[in-house]
Order: sequence, then structure tokens, then C-alpha cells
Amino acid sequence: MRALRSVGELDAARAALRDQRRLDRPCITICSGTGCHALEGGKVYEAFEEELRKRRLGDRIGLKPTGCRGFCERGPIVVVRPQGILYQRVEAGHVPDIISRTVLKGEIIEDLLYVDPTTGEKAVAMGDMAFYRGQERVIMGDNDELNPGDIWDYIAIGGYGALGKVLTKMTPSQVIEEIKLSGLRGRGGGGFPTGRKWESCRLAKGEPKYVICNADEGDPGAYSNRSLLEGNPHKVLEGMAIGAYAVGSSRGYVYVRTEYPLATKNVQIAIKQAGELGLLGRNILGFGFDFSVKVVSGGGAFVCGESTALMASIEGRRGEPRPKYVHSVTRGLWDKPTSLNNVETWANVPLIIERGAEWYSQIGTIGSKGTKVFSLVGKINNTGLVEVPMGTTFQQMIYNIGGGIRDGKKLKAVQIGGPSGGCIPSHLMGMPIDYDALTQVGSMMGSGGMVVMDEDTCMVDIARYFVNFLKDESCGKCTPCREGLYQMAEILEDISAGRGTGPQLELLQQLADVMRDASLCALGQTAANPVLTTVRHFKDEYESHIHDRKCPARVCRGLIKYSVDPGKCTGCGRCLKVCPEDAIKGEKKKPHEIDPARCIKCGACRDECKFDAVLKV
Amino acid sequence: MNETDISKIDSMIDRYNADKELLVSLFKEIQAKFGYLPQDALSRVSERLGISMGQVYGVATFYKAFDLRPRGRHRIGVCLGTACHVRRAEEVLQRVERELGIRDGESTKDMQYSLRTVNCLGACALGPIVMIDGEYHGRMTSKKVAELLKKHRSGKVGT
Amino acid sequence: MVKIKLNGVEAWAQDDWSLLDAIRFYGLNLPTLCHHDGLEEYGGCRLCLVEVEGGSRPRLVTSCTHPVWEGLSVRTHSKWAVETRKLVLELLLARCPTSKTLQDMGAKMGLTEVRFKPRYEDCVLCGLCVRICKEQMRSGAIGFVNRGEDSDITTPFDAASEECRRCGGCMYICPACQSRCEGPRARGVLCGSCLSPSPTCLDAYDDVKCYMSETACGTCIGRLQQGGTRRSESDRKE
Repeated sequence: MRALRSVGELDAARAALRDQRRLDRPCITICSGTGCHALEGGKVYEAFEEELRKRRLGDRIGLKPTGCRGFCERGPIVVVRPQGILYQRVEAGHVPDIISRTVLKGEIIEDLLYVDPTTGEKAVAMGDMAFYRGQERVIMGDNDELNPGDIWDYIAIGGYGALGKVLTKMTPSQVIEEIKLSGLRGRGGGGFPTGRKWESCRLAKGEPKYVICNADEGDPGAYSNRSLLEGNPHKVLEGMAIGAYAVGSSRGYVYVRTEYPLATKNVQIAIKQAGELGLLGRNILGFGFDFSVKVVSGGGAFVCGESTALMASIEGRRGEPRPKYVHSVTRGLWDKPTSLNNVETWANVPLIIERGAEWYSQIGTIGSKGTKVFSLVGKINNTGLVEVPMGTTFQQMIYNIGGGIRDGKKLKAVQIGGPSGGCIPSHLMGMPIDYDALTQVGSMMGSGGMVVMDEDTCMVDIARYFVNFLKDESCGKCTPCREGLYQMAEILEDISAGRGTGPQLELLQQLADVMRDASLCALGQTAANPVLTTVRHFKDEYESHIHDRKCPARVCRGLIKYSVDPGKCTGCGRCLKVCPEDAIKGEKKKPHEIDPARCIKCGACRDECKFDAVLKV
Repeated sequence: MNETDISKIDSMIDRYNADKELLVSLFKEIQAKFGYLPQDALSRVSERLGISMGQVYGVATFYKAFDLRPRGRHRIGVCLGTACHVRRAEEVLQRVERELGIRDGESTKDMQYSLRTVNCLGACALGPIVMIDGEYHGRMTSKKVAELLKKHRSGKVGT
Repeated sequence: MVKIKLNGVEAWAQDDWSLLDAIRFYGLNLPTLCHHDGLEEYGGCRLCLVEVEGGSRPRLVTSCTHPVWEGLSVRTHSKWAVETRKLVLELLLARCPTSKTLQDMGAKMGLTEVRFKPRYEDCVLCGLCVRICKEQMRSGAIGFVNRGEDSDITTPFDAASEECRRCGGCMYICPACQSRCEGPRARGVLCGSCLSPSPTCLDAYDDVKCYMSETACGTCIGRLQQGGTRRSESDRKE
């Protein structure tokens, strides 16, 4: 590939591509993200390749792996162009039919269409689905059209045009002004105004300056950053280049969690391709602007999502945060001015430059502009990645887009913001999703994980889960976090096992306050949030565990008992066979019995019983 | 470690230009090659990158991705992400521990299996997930994982 | 030189001082564990917390790592700071009840009970040994390993160290190496506690009434109470 030496050459190349890659040409697109891959999407792709080759259709019919389309619950997802017919839960076995009927004859295969669970209607294209109609996919939408391994796809849809505009028409200060005007706030969770951060970095003294992309998305249940990086790495790189230009940096890093091998690979490929085209590296587009990017891997430490810990990690040290009395924009990586932003923040930058801050600020609320990509997971029907304008209510997310609660259960809470965030109870579902509104109810936006919980979720167990998670991830440097989490975990274990006392609840509160006030970094400072929000909104559950020795949701194993209802049991013996502890006894055709002394509460018997005869009390 | 192993380490270090910023990435490669981080490998890294052994060891033990002892032939990972947790992943973990007779972080005596709980894999639609040697097995329950392990041990699943 | 406000009083401080330097210069005392004048600051124990104003609301910061700057306003003994320091120490004592240094601090702070589960660890993870080995002896034979609750300090691979020159500096500086005494009431996690009880003025006021010692003697409140009226809730915030 020959390097492009000017914006003019870039525009010309783009125009030439537009003809080649017209969307009305027949093409089979299939999602290549980790989610669909886990559902055997790779095998489906191979089946298409094989089938097209066998029928010698490779020249006429395109086959393109694309970035994540977001509807992970229904993967693997295949969209047939030009009609835009969407097939879900596609298997390798469906491939020959798809080619014969849909691709060659334009026929729709009804069985592969998505059926709305509430209306029973079949959806042919994305626009027919409630899941997509409620979204505004200004960032994720690009994923549908491009192969992340092919830079020309990105260029064809306008990619690197924003960088070109910045280099030809804007000064660094003008870029910063535009970002400030747009109201863009950090998408990693803190929500700090991005323009202000860049401005401070620009004004700080020290060379060289650095820009960093934080792709250490550690919140369990959040994977929107991963899909962005997998599906459209160039968008993020373009954003970083623009940011580097604005703050005066020529060195960038993408710090990717070690658990994201595909994202790491795709970013590395993207950097290489962009470098070959002169869109990264030295003398970008002939403007004398240098910017090179290095990909650095994480080592399995949630704390490295914290900016100062991340920088320590890059410096080859243990991922221990440092106090932020002096901000990293002044002294960051290697003690130089550094602007660290989240993947999604960077991805918003080219969009803002392209369409303008004024357009961008029309989306969202007064305090929270633009869209946010959420991973909607848990007890929800439509699990997947959802991009909505800020200000969308939880109600809309859960019921319109999310398709409601699985198995017809009742919604109990939505956990947002990961372990640093909080639980929003069901009666607050009318709330808008907005940085400030969330802080007011004791939660936070976080990086976009939204876990839906139903009546079968125990909130004490959830608090215990998060505290145990954080305890494993604490760097261990400061007393309130290291010792506080240990003691919190002990107390929550006691409560969960039915050994809790009233004074322990009071102690939990005091401990939570000190962790918040005295910890060195944001991990420790927010570590008490899971406890604080669950006590705030679900105190009755704690009291039930402590005073009544009962777990209302029947989750905490120390407080539940499995038993057989003799009225329903037919004596078929299936439960007896699956019990790993031989805890069930009974003769054929006679009601069986579970020995509570041997029972380990694994639930296998209850899952197995076809007569609803195993009770969990 | 023998000389060939040391020269393999050296070529990895060369590929990373003995760059301190890529220390963790270098560890990843060493572990991918040897199955864990051998002491001699770490000594070599310390020598060539000019980082004290204390720092190298401190970094290696800080990050959960690295093992300083050899692991089992097959690596089992149970996802404990929030979405998997609310879908009863703890019961799945409990069953795996019982079936293999080991706890999280341990390896079976015959070194065939080692068990690790993993943080969210981001395939939440499939949860609860059990990973065997990088392959995802979704929608697990206590019973299904027992069957999966039985099949794997008798060679009917994976390699 | 910069002008700071220390407990309401204007005071000069040198540009390169930490907040702890300034506080100690003016004769006030704060508990510390991981701080040592001859070594680099660590900021990990969180015992030297003080309340600083500024920004959207007051914060607690570790005075050992916090710089001084023009106009910085700090309260060293606000109720918030005192009670937070106390709970931090309570956590440390639960971790390592055998440390005389921690027990003495607890007595001075008026800690009368440790409500947490004792861990009976030998090490408080203050890192002083690591720093004296690295900075003073230029050895670096020991370092932090693992993380979180498994954090520890040892030599690489727990092996005998070639870098260690047997200087004994680590033992000398260790605050946990001095064991607490066993009498007169050496039961439970807290030791006999030979010093006076907790400052009583914090029951009625938002700040201590004097800085004479770590614990106020309570005489001022006693005098008020002799008058027969105890200050009411509404009178508390002066």
C-alpha cells in the first residue's frame, strides 16, 4: 500500500472506493465479534466461505466479517445485502439454504427471522426490531458496514476525514474549543469534561506529552469498549490522533486488557495498516504531524483501569495508583503531561469534528451530551450492546429495547457502573440515564455495564459478590481499601450465612464511610458503593437476613433448604441420579426425600425435576 | 532452563526491543511458550531489561494473568462476571471444584487440569460460561458442567 | 515561601515542604506509620489524614504526600479527621495486634475497642523496610509481592538474597518488630492501654478545644458540666 501524502489524495481514494463498495451490491455480512464467535460464528463464516467457493459465487457475492451489531443474545447474526434481511441464531447448517434462497432468489427464510416475544411479529430488517428502533447508533452503527481488518472499509465510509479536516482547517486550540463546546464527558466512568482535560494537558509544561487509550475495561458485565475496539479500531485511533494534535503529543498508547485478545489483535492490525497509508506515524498526510501508537497489554488487574495505576503498569511497575494531588495531565506517564481517555471517549471525537459540536450537543441532556453504549446483560431478554442518547430512561432501556425481564419474572434492580457503581431499584426506572442524575441516587455511570436483576436476585449476595471481587483486585497499598474490604467481606459472609448482627450493619456503614473518605484511589473510594446502595435501597433484605435469618430471594446457601414436595413427587428418581452428594433417597414411585445434612444446595435436582416437586425454601 | 530455552527467551526480548513498557506483554509471551513464568526466564528478563529482580518478581506476582508454577495440561476457566453470577455461576464453580477435587487457582494432582475463575469474558448472552483451553461452553448449569467434564475426561470434547 | 491556614491561623511554609512538615514545624502532632524523615513518602498507611478545604468540598488527604501551596487551608483535628484516623488505626490493629507501635498509637488516640476480626499478621505493609533497603542501602533485596489481601514483603522467590548485606536496617525500622507488652491487662486485641481516655470535647464540639496532647484532658468540659448545663445539639456548631 502506498502512503497517502495529502488530504486530497485521501479524498480521491475515498471517492474511488465509494463506487467499488456500493451498498446495493450483493454481500453477506456476518458479525465477527467475540460474542458471536463464542456462539460458533466462526464456523458459520467458514461455512459461507466454503459454500460460495463450491458454487463459484465468490466473484459475484461478497462475504464480509463485520464488527459487533450489538444484538448478542441472538448471535450469530447475518445480514444479507442489498435487502438488509437480518437472520439470527444462524448455524453452519443454515448456510446452503441462505445462499440458495435468500442471496440468489431474494426469498426470506422465516425460521431465521427474529420474532418479537411480546407482539409475535417477525422482523425482516434491523429497523423492524424494537431492540434497534430505540437506539441511536451514531458510534456503533459504523460496525455494521465494515470489516475491522480492512482500513479501506473505514475510509470508504468517511474514515480519517475528521483528521484531515483538523489538519487542514483547525488549530489545536480550535480543536479543544470544539470538544469543549460539544460537552463531551469521559465515558470511562468519571465523566470529566474531555475538552477541559485536553486544555490542561496542552497548557502543561513538559515534553514529550502522551495520549493514552484506556481499554482496560474491567467492570464485570461491561464489554462495550471491547466491541468498539474489535469492530472499529480505526475510529478510536483517529480520535487519538486528533487528541494528540490538540494537546501537542506525538506518542500514544492503547492499553488493552489481557482478556481481550481479539481487540488487541485488531488494534495492532489497524495501526499497521494506518501506518502504511501514512495516516499514523511520521508526517501524517504530509502535514509534518507525527503520531505513533504502541499497544500495551494488561496483566489481569482491574485496578489498572485506574489512570495512575495504568500508567505505572506501562512503566513496567506494579499497578499501584498514586494520589492525584498533582493531576496526570500535568505529571502522568513517566512524569510527563498525559491525557488518558476511555475507548468510547476517543471514538466520539471524530464524530464531533465531522458533524460539529452544535449537532452533537443536541443529543442528550443538559449535563450529559451525546450517546452512551451500554452492555445490557443479566435477567433481560435482549442481552446485547445498546447505544442510546443520554437521558433515555431505564424504563425504555429495559422494556422497549431490552424486551423485558426473562422468564416473565419481576424486575428488582438495575446495577450500573460496575463494582464502583450502584443498584437502581425498580421504582426508580423512570429516571433518565445521565451522569448527574446517577450520582444523586448514589450510583454512577461507569463504563457502561448495566446488569438487570430480578426477584430471584439477593441484594445482600450482590453486595457480597462485588466486595469479594474488589478484595481480589485491590492493589493492597492503602489500609482502608485493603483492610476495609477484607473486613467488609467477613461481615457480609456472616450476614449471608445467617450469623449477622444489628451492630454489624452499623459497623458496615462506618467502615464504608472511611473507605470512601480515606482511600488512596478511586477503587477504594468507591469500593463501598455496592454495600452503600444496597443498604440504602434494600435495607429490608439485610434486616431479613440478620433478624429473621431468612434470604427472601432464596439465594444465600446458608439460609435455604431444598426439600421435596411429597404431593407433587412422582418418585421417578431423576433427582436422585443427578445429585452429586447422594443426598436424595427414595423408592421408585414413592415420594423422595433430601437429606439436609448432605445437601450442598447445588440446585441440580430442582433443575432436573419435571414436576416442580423440588422446593427451595 | 537449558540453553535453547534461554535463547528463545532472548529472541522474545529482542523482538520487544528490551522495552520496559512491554514488560507485561513480554511476560505474556513467555507464559504462552512455557506454560508459566520460570524463575530462570525472569532472571534473564531482569538482566537484559535492566530491571532489578525485586521489581521483576514484584510485577510478575502482582498480575493475576501470570503463574509462577507450572499449570495443568488443560486450563478450565469459570466466568464470575456479574451477569454470569446472577445466572448462578457460583453453583457451576462449586460443581467444577467438587468434580475435580481442587479449588480456584489449583491444579489436579495428575496435572491434567487447572482451575481459574476469570473476570467477565464479555459473552454475557451465553452465561454462565465455562472455558476449557480457550473454548467457550455456554449456558452451563451444575448438571451440564458435570457432563462436560465427564466428556472431556473421556476425550469426547476438545483435544 | 507560601502562606497557608493551619487550624484557622495563618502560617508560613517553605515551598518544598509537605503538609506534614508544616504541621510538625508548628508543634502539632499527627500519628504516622509509613512516614520516615529519611525516606521517600509512601502515603499508604493513611494515618496522617487531615482535612483540607478547597474545590467543591473539603477532603481528607494524607499530609505526608500532600504539598503546601499558597492559600491552602487545613484542619488537623476536625471531628471528621480524628474519627477517620481512629478507624484506620482500628483496621491496622485488627491486622497486627502484636505491634507495640500501633498499640501505643491506639492508646493515644483513645481507641477503646477493635470491632473487626483480628488477622494476627506480623506485617503492617508500611513498606519502610523496602524503602530503607532500596534508598539507604541501595540494595533492593526485598520488595512487595502479590496484591490485595495477599500482599507481602519478601525476597524474590523467597530465596536467600545475594543483594542483602545483613545490615539489619529492615529490622531496625520495622514498627511491627517491637512487640507490645503483656501486662497489666493483656487480653483481647487491644493491650492494657496505659494512657488517658479519649477527648471528651468532640462529644460536644466539631473540633478539639486545644492541641495540648493527642487526647484532651476533659477538664474544660468538666467545668462546663459543673455549671449544670450541658451544651445542647443546636449550640454545637459555633
